Amino acid sequence: MSTTTQRSAPSRRSFLGAVVLAPFAGAALSACGTSGPGSSAADAAATEWYLSGDPSETITKNGVAAFNEANPDQTIGLTFFQNDAYKTKIKTAIGAGQAPTIIYGWGGGTLRSYVEAGQVDDLTSWFDANPDVRSRLLESSFGPATVDGKIYALPNETVTPIVFFYNKALFEQVGAQPPKTWDDLLALVPVFTDAGIAPLALGGQSRWTSMMWLEYLYDRIGGPELFTAIYDGEPDAWSAPASLDALGKVQELVAAGGFITGFESITADSNADQALLYTGRAAMMLHGAWTYGSMKTDGGDFVSGGSLGWLPFPTVAGGTGDPSNAVGNPGQYMSIYTPAEQPAKDAALKYFTDGIMADDVLQAYIDAGNVPIANGIEDRLAASDDAEWLQFIYSTASGAKTFTQSWDQALSPATAEALLTNIEQLFSRAITPEQFATAMNATLGQ
Amino acid sequence: MTTTTPTTTGSTGAARRAPAPGASEHRSVKTGSVAWMAIPAVAFFVLFGAVPLIGVGVLSFTQWDGIGAIRWLGGGNWASVMTDPVMYKALGLTFGIMIFSWAVQTPVSLLLGVFTAGTQKYRAVLAVLYFLPLLMSAAAISIAFKALLDPNFGLAASLGIPVLVQNWLGDPTLVLFVIIFVLSWMYVPFHSLLYQGGVQQIPRSMYEAASIDGAGTVRQFFSITLPQLKYTVITSSTLMVVGSMTAFDLIFVLTAGGPGDASRVLALDMYLRGFRANQMGPASVIAVLIVLIGLGLALFLRRLGGKDANSSQMEGL
Repeated sequence: MSTTTQRSAPSRRSFLGAVVLAPFAGAALSACGTSGPGSSAADAAATEWYLSGDPSETITKNGVAAFNEANPDQTIGLTFFQNDAYKTKIKTAIGAGQAPTIIYGWGGGTLRSYVEAGQVDDLTSWFDANPDVRSRLLESSFGPATVDGKIYALPNETVTPIVFFYNKALFEQVGAQPPKTWDDLLALVPVFTDAGIAPLALGGQSRWTSMMWLEYLYDRIGGPELFTAIYDGEPDAWSAPASLDALGKVQELVAAGGFITGFESITADSNADQALLYTGRAAMMLHGAWTYGSMKTDGGDFVSGGSLGWLPFPTVAGGTGDPSNAVGNPGQYMSIYTPAEQPAKDAALKYFTDGIMADDVLQAYIDAGNVPIANGIEDRLAASDDAEWLQFIYSTASGAKTFTQSWDQALSPATAEALLTNIEQLFSRAITPEQFATAMNATLGQ
Repeated sequence: MTTTTPTTTGSTGAARRAPAPGASEHRSVKTGSVAWMAIPAVAFFVLFGAVPLIGVGVLSFTQWDGIGAIRWLGGGNWASVMTDPVMYKALGLTFGIMIFSWAVQTPVSLLLGVFTAGTQKYRAVLAVLYFLPLLMSAAAISIAFKALLDPNFGLAASLGIPVLVQNWLGDPTLVLFVIIFVLSWMYVPFHSLLYQGGVQQIPRSMYEAASIDGAGTVRQFFSITLPQLKYTVITSSTLMVVGSMTAFDLIFVLTAGGPGDASRVLALDMYLRGFRANQMGPASVIAVLIVLIGLGLALFLRRLGGKDANSSQMEGL
């Protein structure tokens, strides 16, 4: 091997490389310039990114298709993303000035960060000009859409409180009654364990699943004021006696073997936690109302055969929270992206008025076992196949004295991330309630 | 472009034909004329390597949530990250995974590489099977392993093997071994390929001479194969070490850093701070740390090869 050959070889290769790479460079650079993926979105007046996953994917797709047919000049272009991927992508897109016209989200802390950055339009005057849009929707759903007294998002879709589910067949098998109090629940743990059944299903790797237990325990023990103090950033709010009590109770349940062995490695994304309930491996599960639809679809005759039972979360002796209080998602939220062009915004607002909560869309949600956040739908709910379930959710949502928004949505993204990490360690008993409180107190007011 | 092409190829051809006398003049002329050819590569590096790197360096001194205005903060991010136990735990985990996965992968891929370098037909067939994981993306591998390891619906539960029903991804200690295993499963084929190539470059005459001298297979492996593969070992180790500094996709899909922060390696720590908690400043600090440590390790490994790393190992052959 002579040195000359060695030298000349790379030069030829880099030349070839230049020729081969040139078109890629062009493609890469031009790709930077296009906004948003999806060819169907390209010629639409306004764009919207939405989450994949049924039933809402199909319902939204059909709803938008119907709207586009009725408004050929003001069409909405839809692109679907997976839940977690969407959450990251939308933030990046907003930061890069490439977001869609309609920004879909869950209100609360994330919406506040958009508002503070001046990225979403103030819709207060639009709601004043369109009072019928507002009066159609449940008033309780406007809380997370409101930042400093102004409304920045249109509440839509469904209200999904967190519900205590149980498998009726398994309760009959062991001859037990569903729990009404926290002590009942603890007493049920050995009953099911002895029968070779896991007492509670939990998708612990997803973390927000474990958080739902704390949300309810905080409310039942200390009332909604406990979380309000945290939300307002009052010093040492996490180490209030009621807070430490709730944290201790959760660890007591973990230590007693309440949650299925290996819950730390189960994810909610794959619906494995629901599968544990409907396949009879676990007797109870605390989960969002949205799981009803997927258990109905995936669980064979579990739901249709009447094996699925549901209850409000058990009360805690000595707790000050009203038993009617609920936690969960009061709705989903859509905002208008401020840098979008005016024609796109007009199309989006037209969709807000006529498309998003159209009668057919409402009916589709009801048929899928969800409760839309619309007023005056009692008759429709009663006429549904799932009337019993839908009326339970509707009365939970409309009858709750306080409806607390999911913590990870209500808090700022930085605090929510710290909370989820600490919750995971709390549930694996890697930290004590006191350590949890200290770690979380440090995030207050951030 | 078209006008210069014939000139370049012509001179290369000439150099090939007549290397020895007057080669230096040819060379200096060539260096002058081909320098521009590096422009695309340099441009790509500057655009997608250097500029973002500088950007990250600047961001590490600012406060930014990824959406709003960027505010200058000075050394605040550095001070808070450098005193953050989460970062030190992530750093420790990263080095732990790096060392263990190197210790597992190197011997396995070395032996597999030597084995598949043989000329027998069945070895070629096996080699194809060994290299299959190379065809899959990290995300697909993670999702597949996640499903297989599920304690209730996974492989062990379906086959009814109680020993394998473990809290694989939920136990803070066990999860590290799972990650090292899956990482090795994924990357061993690639490194085997490196070693296979390396072994095939070793002249047969060395082995012939050794067997005449009475050296057995084991002795040949340690006295010829291993020393001859010195630089392949260094290359492969560098790729492994620097690769595990930035190992992200597989761990992210498999555990997302959990349970708690038991598998929150440095790259994941960076992502979670930046894109989950919206704190681009501290995330940039971690990014800079990753670059510095990775660079340092790569240089250190290059040093291990000695100053004459580019010289021939086959003098006298």
